[in-house]
Amino acid sequence: MVQFSLPKNSQMRTGKTWPKPESGGKLRKFQIYRWNPDDGKNPQVDTYFVDLDDCGPMVLDALIYIKTKIDPTLTFRRSCREGICGSCAMNIDGQNHLACIFGMDEVKGDVKIYPLPHMPVVKDLVPDLTHFYAQHASIKPWLETTSNTPAKEWKQSIEDREKLDGLYECVMCACCSTSCPSYWWNGDRYLGPAALLHAYRWIIDSRDEATGERLDDLHDPFKLYRCHTIMNCTQTCPKGLNPAKAIAEIKKQMIERVL
Amino acid sequence: MAFKTDYARVHGSGAAGEGSHHWWSQRITAIALIPLTLLFIFPFGRALGGGHDAFVATYSNLWHALVAVLFMIAAFAHLHQGLQVVIEDYVSGKAARTAALLANTLLCWAFGVAGVLSVATVLFSG
Repeated sequence: MVQFSLPKNSQMRTGKTWPKPESGGKLRKFQIYRWNPDDGKNPQVDTYFVDLDDCGPMVLDALIYIKTKIDPTLTFRRSCREGICGSCAMNIDGQNHLACIFGMDEVKGDVKIYPLPHMPVVKDLVPDLTHFYAQHASIKPWLETTSNTPAKEWKQSIEDREKLDGLYECVMCACCSTSCPSYWWNGDRYLGPAALLHAYRWIIDSRDEATGERLDDLHDPFKLYRCHTIMNCTQTCPKGLNPAKAIAEIKKQMIERVL
Repeated sequence: MAFKTDYARVHGSGAAGEGSHHWWSQRITAIALIPLTLLFIFPFGRALGGGHDAFVATYSNLWHALVAVLFMIAAFAHLHQGLQVVIEDYVSGKAARTAALLANTLLCWAFGVAGVLSVATVLFSG
C-alpha cells in the first residue's frame, strides 16, 4: 500500500554528532541512519567525520573507518569489497549503490547513507532481505530438465550462451527491487526486478526444459505485471544490468505464445 | 500471528494465469486511440460550438457516428484497464480494493454503453 508519510515509530530524529578525528587530515562529513531494535527509540541520523587522508576512496572504506576508529556499534553488511557479493547494498546520496564500488568523490556535499528503501530494518544499515530471497527461490533459479541427464554435460552453443550475458552477473544485492515503487507498494506479491531478471535468465537458457512452466508461474497480474517500466531498477543497478529489459522480454514471450 | 514460511508467503495461491491479455489489450486500445482521438475530436469540437442541432447534424452522418462509437469503446475499455492497474497498485485491503474494482467496471460499462446508445439514437432517429 502506498505510504505518503512515515509511521510514528519510524519518524527520524537528529542524532549524535560524533567528535572529529584529530589526525589532522582533510575531513568529510557523513550522515548515517541509525536504529537499534533494542533501545525502543525512533531511528536517528548520526553525524561522523572521516579523515580522507587516513581512509580509502570508497564509501565502504569510510564506513569501515567509522566502525574501526569512531563508533564500533555502527552496523552494516560487507564482505568482498569488490562488488561481487552484493552485501553492502545501501542508499547513498538518494540512490541505491554497493558501498564498496561507489566512490565518495561521486557525492557532492555531505554523504548521506540510509538502508535500502522500504524494507524492514534489522539494525542500522542492515535490511531484512528474507522475503526478497524467498522470492528469488520461488522462480526456481536452477536448470530444470526432463530428458535423461547426458553422460557428460548439457551442451550449449556459443550464441545461446551469449544470451545469458547481462543476466548471470546479477549478485542479488537488492538495489533494483528496493528502488522500485511498484515493489514498495506491492512487494508482498510483486516479485520485483531482481527475481524477474533471474527468472528470465532461466527462461532464456537454451538447456532449460521448463520454459512453459516458468512462464505459467509468472502469468499473474501481481507477480509480473506490476512492472510499469519505471526503470529505476536499470538506473540504479550497480552492475550495469538491465532488469527492466529482462521483464519486457518476459512480457513479450507471454504474448508470443498466444499470438 | 501466523506461522508461515517465507516461501509459502511468496508462493501464495500460485499464479492466477491472468495478466497477459489485460496487458496486451491495453496496448491495442492505446494504439487504436491515437487515430480515433484525432478523428473524433475535430468533428466533435466543431459541433460543440453549434449546439444541439450541430450535434444531430454531425452524428446523423454514418462515418462520424462510427468514429464516435469506436472511440468510446476504445476509450472506455482503455480507461477501465488503466484504472484497474492504478487501483491494484495503490488500493490495498481486500474490501476497499474489491469495491474500487467493482465500481470501476460498473461505471466504465455504464458510461461507455450510455455514450454508444446516445450516438446510435442520434444516428437512427436524427
